[in-house]
Amino acid sequence: MIDRNGKYSAISLITHGLRKSEWPRAWRAHDLRKSYDVVVIGGGVHGLATAYYLAKNHGITNVAVLDKGYLGGGGSGRNTAILRSNYLTPEGVRFYDRSLELYRHLAADLNFNVMFSRRGHLTLAHNDGSLRTMRWRAEVNKLQGIDSQVIDPAQVKELVPHLDTSDETRYPILGALYHPPGGIIRHDAVVWGYARAADRLGVHLHQKTEVTGIDVVNERVTGVRTNRGAISAPIVVNCTAGWSTLISDMAGVRTPVQTFPLQAAVTEPVRPFLHAVVVSGTLHVYVSQTDRGELVFGASVDPFQSYSMRGSLEFVEGLAAHVLELMPGLSQMRLLRQWAGLCDMTPDYSPIMGTTPVEGFYLDVGWGTYGFKAGPVSGESMAQAIATRSTPEIISAFGLDRFAEGELVGEKGAAAVGH
Amino acid sequence: MIELPCPWCGPRGVSEFRYVGEGATRPDPATATPQEWRAYLYLHENARGWVRENWYHTAGCRRFFKLERETESNETRAAT
Ligand SMILES: Cc1cc2nc3c(=O)[nH]c(=O)nc-3n(C[C@H](O)[C@H](O)[C@H](O)COP(=O)(O)OP(=O)(O)OC[C@H]3O[C@@H](n4cnc5c(N)ncnc54)[C@H](O)[C@@H]3O)c2cc1C
Ligand SMILES: [Zn+2]
Repeated sequence: MIDRNGKYSAISLITHGLRKSEWPRAWRAHDLRKSYDVVVIGGGVHGLATAYYLAKNHGITNVAVLDKGYLGGGGSGRNTAILRSNYLTPEGVRFYDRSLELYRHLAADLNFNVMFSRRGHLTLAHNDGSLRTMRWRAEVNKLQGIDSQVIDPAQVKELVPHLDTSDETRYPILGALYHPPGGIIRHDAVVWGYARAADRLGVHLHQKTEVTGIDVVNERVTGVRTNRGAISAPIVVNCTAGWSTLISDMAGVRTPVQTFPLQAAVTEPVRPFLHAVVVSGTLHVYVSQTDRGELVFGASVDPFQSYSMRGSLEFVEGLAAHVLELMPGLSQMRLLRQWAGLCDMTPDYSPIMGTTPVEGFYLDVGWGTYGFKAGPVSGESMAQAIATRSTPEIISAFGLDRFAEGELVGEKGAAAVGH
Repeated sequence: MIELPCPWCGPRGVSEFRYVGEGATRPDPATATPQEWRAYLYLHENARGWVRENWYHTAGCRRFFKLERETESNETRAAT
């Protein structure tokens, strides 16, 4: 038997397999303490990473992560797991690239196989306008030292032979932005890996614990109320993505966030044939193939604000039509499932991170359709912001006050469809 | 399929409509501070529950109208 403090390894897997006993739980359940040094609301990748780096990098272990459901039940267990750093603004590129760097070493760091596969990421251009934005992006990327270049249709065909690169389609492919270090990861493993590692450092993970109120006295946060009782805490972090407006409202902090559902779908598994992530902004669709062989499809957000996580027939109809426009050879594939998650959209497609007018109440929200890849860097920098009581340089462009100041970080051109 | 009650055309599928969103009172551009103006542009209620909001019937009568919607179940009813 492997005790909880034991490491996962090939040897432990073999001995455990031979004994055929139950694996021990990867993290513990606890009674709620009356007080914590830090309360993190939301048990997705952002909340768990924040707690993990608080404990690991700063020795702050009297930390609770509260989730109203189960860990990874929000966007972190529903996303399409695309990682990339070829954004449009220098601030954005530096930020997401730091996250990719952390992701590269995450399996070893967490002792959990997160299956990061750097298979390359292609954003297709179907008109001159998008080709122009891609050239701009490629130059910004190169200046930040990121592998990113515009390629022509023949090179696209070489990388993804199943794409229709002829000029007989409605939206012919004119080129693509190619980002070799981009790829996909096993999203659940990232969540579970952070949870297990945080648990081992002494963080309390509380599932089925819903925050129902936040106590603020004289513009200072003093604690939270939950369905399991009240907790006092000098620091409360909002990591609830699609639900974040409800939590911010409890603290009396207004944010420019609007919640939109985002849907995705997956096919039956087939033999591996697609070795890159392919995104088409014009056709509002993207596709990748998992290690199990399923094709994962996604698109842009649903057309109206909602907290509903129901999928729709309109979505799969539109999706199928657009996928077949790109890869006519897939017409016989069968969809297995579709689902939806909630996205906290901001006006500039960039996050909102750091302090608020309420002292001790921090935001790590506005993750929209692109926040999974940002989990590690966000956890690292939020932990640093809390521990050092100052805003790290890498997130200084993402403060809440930028909206009142009119200093937006325009990422729409790089984040509206390609998440 | 979610149905919206267009006051002119009756109940129709949601894909015929364009979402306009929350109504907000526009401050007077002549006197508003930049901060007030940006709050008007960017801040949202983003409520969970029954809201009153604006829609446009693109593929029908092409008129703007108000309706009430429960934003988690997407149940809708005519605005009162
Ligand atoms: C279909 C889809 C595809 C996506 N694809 C990508 C992609 O390819 N790449 C990418 O980088 N990003 C992608 N995203 C975005 C990404 O999933 C999110 O930005 C990210 O997961 C947000 O993580 P989080 O930890 O902030 O929030 P979440 O994982 O959403 O976690 C928030 C948690 O807060 C909890 N909570 C809410 N209210 C309360 C309360 N009152 N009390 C206690 N707990 C509460 C919820 O239960 C939830 O578990 C996609 C999203 C979707 C929906
Ligand atoms: Zn009408």
